[in-house]
Amino acid sequence: MALLEIRNLHVATEDGTEIVRGVDLTVDSNEVHAVMGPNGSGKSTLAYALMGHPAYEITEGDILLDGESILELEADERAQRGLFLAFQYPHAVPGVTVASFLRSAVNAVRKAKAGGEDDPVKIPEFRTQLTGAMEQLKVPKEMAGRYLNDGFSGGEKKRVEILQMAMLSPRVAVLDETDSGLDIDALRIVARGVRTLVGPDMGAVVITHYQRILNYIKPDFVHVFVDGRIVREGGPELAEQLEAEGYEAFTPEPVGGES
Amino acid sequence: MATPETEVVAEIGTDYRYGFSDPENYFFKSQRGLSREVVEAISAHKDEPEWMRDFRLKSLEYFQARPLPTWGGDLSGIDFDNIYYYIKPTESQAKSWEDLPPDIKQTWDRLGIPEAERKFLAGVGAQYESEVVYHKLQADLETKGVLFLDMDSGLREHEELVRQYFGTIIPQNDNKFAALNSAVWSGGSFIYVPPGVSVEMPLQAYFRINAENMGQFERTLIIVDEGAYVHYVEGCTAPVYTTDSLHSAVVEIVVKPGGRCRYTTIQNWSNNVYNLVTKRAVAYENATMEWVDGNLGSKQTMKYPAIWLLGEGAHGEVLSIAFAGDGQHQDAGGKAVHVAPNTSSVITSKSISKNGGRSSYRGLLEVAKGSHGARSKVVCDALILDEESRTDTYPYIRIDENDVDIGHEATVSKIGEEQLFYLMSRGLSEAEAAAMIVSGFVEPITKELPLEYAVEMNRLIQLQMEGSVG
Repeated sequence: MALLEIRNLHVATEDGTEIVRGVDLTVDSNEVHAVMGPNGSGKSTLAYALMGHPAYEITEGDILLDGESILELEADERAQRGLFLAFQYPHAVPGVTVASFLRSAVNAVRKAKAGGEDDPVKIPEFRTQLTGAMEQLKVPKEMAGRYLNDGFSGGEKKRVEILQMAMLSPRVAVLDETDSGLDIDALRIVARGVRTLVGPDMGAVVITHYQRILNYIKPDFVHVFVDGRIVREGGPELAEQLEAEGYEAFTPEPVGGES
Repeated sequence: MATPETEVVAEIGTDYRYGFSDPENYFFKSQRGLSREVVEAISAHKDEPEWMRDFRLKSLEYFQARPLPTWGGDLSGIDFDNIYYYIKPTESQAKSWEDLPPDIKQTWDRLGIPEAERKFLAGVGAQYESEVVYHKLQADLETKGVLFLDMDSGLREHEELVRQYFGTIIPQNDNKFAALNSAVWSGGSFIYVPPGVSVEMPLQAYFRINAENMGQFERTLIIVDEGAYVHYVEGCTAPVYTTDSLHSAVVEIVVKPGGRCRYTTIQNWSNNVYNLVTKRAVAYENATMEWVDGNLGSKQTMKYPAIWLLGEGAHGEVLSIAFAGDGQHQDAGGKAVHVAPNTSSVITSKSISKNGGRSSYRGLLEVAKGSHGARSKVVCDALILDEESRTDTYPYIRIDENDVDIGHEATVSKIGEEQLFYLMSRGLSEAEAAAMIVSGFVEPITKELPLEYAVEMNRLIQLQMEGSVG
């Protein structure tokens, strides 16, 4: 059974405009999938829909996590089952420190895993885990005491997204344009972080416009996403071809199912 | 005795955490309603000096002569004739925990006072009904000459000191409810800190109303002498009753040159209480006065802690937070009056409205002629959680001096869907996510509280938030 299975997914906005027009994608543990597409192709909508954003309606198709449909679940329940979305534009929560936010999030997921019983992480254990993850992702120590994304630079936000991912240990992580706004050093660190987490317990979907991040997170599969559909699939070599030829070369021959 | 009340409370099934009530076992209870006889009986029962009795009777006249205020909140629901103005629960004050009657002890156990005391109480004066019955002062405070008594004992044991200041900061005819308090006051705290003495641990008192239709009229007077420091913390919780209760306190504070006083209140009256409090402090040369004022409960709160900056270089701060839920109106804010050069003040107000609740910021900033170099900053932030709720801002500003630096900022924000979604995508439920955003919003205030109160405040906010969204 696949970890995450997206079947013929159609997503529309509240006014009825269809943005995602029939996507099939299967992600397993140990796998990194790259979804590459131009601006406005609907990549972020796909990411939001996977996480259950209330502004998007799934008009057709299904999303299965561990073989079970999650369409009826709210975002928090999806997260508790192991889905994670690294946001392109993470939101600020003034007054709430990174550390206290992370502890609440970790405890919310633990509670769900314990069948609804409170099972808070012990503070020393949490601290050790947090310090370790921060060191690995080269996130300065004092960030733990800063208010979540409040006044963070673009690069800091992205790193803290990956830090959250590391702390929450999801089964499937979707990274939405995590490379945008990162300099090359930060990109390398973030990519290494993602690669370390992908393994027998986790698979990842890396959504990006550019090939750049893929030089560091070697994808196992590349999906070219144009106009709400996957138009071509292949191995890492496809990303290089894209970089050389641009997206235009891929627009005329859709391979995704007609809707 | 009064088991029906316990039954009433049991039937309410409220989520108000402190909505329990112990059987009443009072030593003395006045008749309902207010009259010269009731006031005289209170004074006689306390065996007060004549000047205090006359002060009370004069105050009663002022109270009766004044109309209800027509601004602020709707006070028409108060039935003054249906209130007990004085109840004394036990025969005399207990010196230690063990001496307390079991049912009073039980009530306090539920409020967690002994636990709090173990942690970092310097002294506890807890008000049960109208009289302070339990009082403890750490030995080192006594040796430093710090007085921390209930107001009645203060009057008995330090009459001259009390007489010198009582009713001088808030005159008995200041407003209708200050006049009422001046007529029927009972309990509250009396604190004196001698010159140069710094009380490191916060002094704490718990206040509590336990009887149906009980008015609570505590009276607090704090005198911080030159170069001295004290932090006084007051927490209030009330059980839930079906009829309306009235809480009308008066707090007067004098901070002498170079002194500093911080007064912290977390008020969580149950949602049928009218909470109408007059708080005022005067600060002399280079003195600092800080009010930290949290209003979470009550039906109607009208409270505007004030600071009169009387001496050059005096500094005043008001941190006010109000949380208005279903059926609640929090009319809160602060006042700063500059009457000396180079004085400074900061008023920070944070309000939250949900489930049709209404919160208003009402503040006064006044700078008198000659107060050159005065600086003041007023910041009001309101957070509205749904379409049914409401927030208003009434900033009154009167400046009669040109050489001043005045700033005023006001923001109104709503919890955004995107912010909620972001937090929910990390596994937090919608209510948890909203509570987290609210906790963050009030963090500038909670970080100023002693740890234990910060924890309690966040817990109260979570309780208030449960089931409020979605």
